Amino acid sequence: MISISPDEWVIWSWHGYDLTATVVFTWVVMAVLVLAARLLAGRLTDDETPSRWQNVVEVLVVTVRDQIREASGQEPGRYVPFIGTLFLFIATCNLLAVVPGFEPPTGSLSTTTALALCVLAAVPLYGITQRGLWAYLKGYLTPTPFMLPFNVLGEFTRTIALAIRLYGNVMSGTVIVAILLTLTPFVFPLVMQLLGLLTGMIQAYIFAVLATVYIASASRSAEQTRARPAPSEAAENP
Amino acid sequence: MDTSGWIGVASIVMAGLTIAIGSIGPALGEARAASQALAAIAQQPDEASTITRTLFVSLAMIESTAIYCFVVSMILLFANPFWNAVTP
Repeated sequence: MISISPDEWVIWSWHGYDLTATVVFTWVVMAVLVLAARLLAGRLTDDETPSRWQNVVEVLVVTVRDQIREASGQEPGRYVPFIGTLFLFIATCNLLAVVPGFEPPTGSLSTTTALALCVLAAVPLYGITQRGLWAYLKGYLTPTPFMLPFNVLGEFTRTIALAIRLYGNVMSGTVIVAILLTLTPFVFPLVMQLLGLLTGMIQAYIFAVLATVYIASASRSAEQTRARPAPSEAAENP
Repeated sequence: MDTSGWIGVASIVMAGLTIAIGSIGPALGEARAASQALAAIAQQPDEASTITRTLFVSLAMIESTAIYCFVVSMILLFANPFWNAVTP
């Protein structure tokens, strides 16, 4: 029977507590990311010609900063750790899905719900630390106090939408490949895995951009203009 | 037909209908979004990167509804709670 989630694959059971494949593969992704960080960014220098690994890290960080700056219209400094981690984790999970035997943990509703709950918690955290409690709460009453229930409901529905969008895209990729393997095992599963790679990267980007937009809309103060820095200025001070 | 027969028929029929009808709307919506994005790029080629990025974000949002329908269809076929309750 085709299982649609790595939650059902129990690797080890101890006194009633099940160690599911989701947790184990999340550990694998964590190990890959930590190892990559240690190797690529182990020795950062200020020289004129940094090593090629430092170039890779710089390209990653600068790209994330630019995307956050363009999506939020604010200075990206305080958002980069959270948004960057979200993007890197989801991208690595979806990339490693082509490794045989690897079940992407984002193909489980538990993981995507956890990530969406992180975003749900981050929105008031960033909003209150930047604008203060009253200004953040008053944001729920904009544009009119009549919108209060819709704004509150909107918070929860877009969290659910974040979780299900990522889960649906990744799960559909793995299920399609599994079904095709039983029907036409030669070329078509490969093509669907290619498509799964593409959608995995796009969904990682979408998740990060949506998280940025939600956090930025809660942290933007009413007086702050949405003037974006000109591209030359953004290139000089990333 | 006994209960499990009815549950089987209803699940299979609805699984097919869900994904069939559920993908019509998002497909039409994405076609509109893509055509507007192409017209915008033709009008302002300098802004192509911004327009392309916005297009991809919009496509992912529009696709969400089709994904919801797909998830429901998969649940009906592979993780059906009613089927698991009536079969021994």
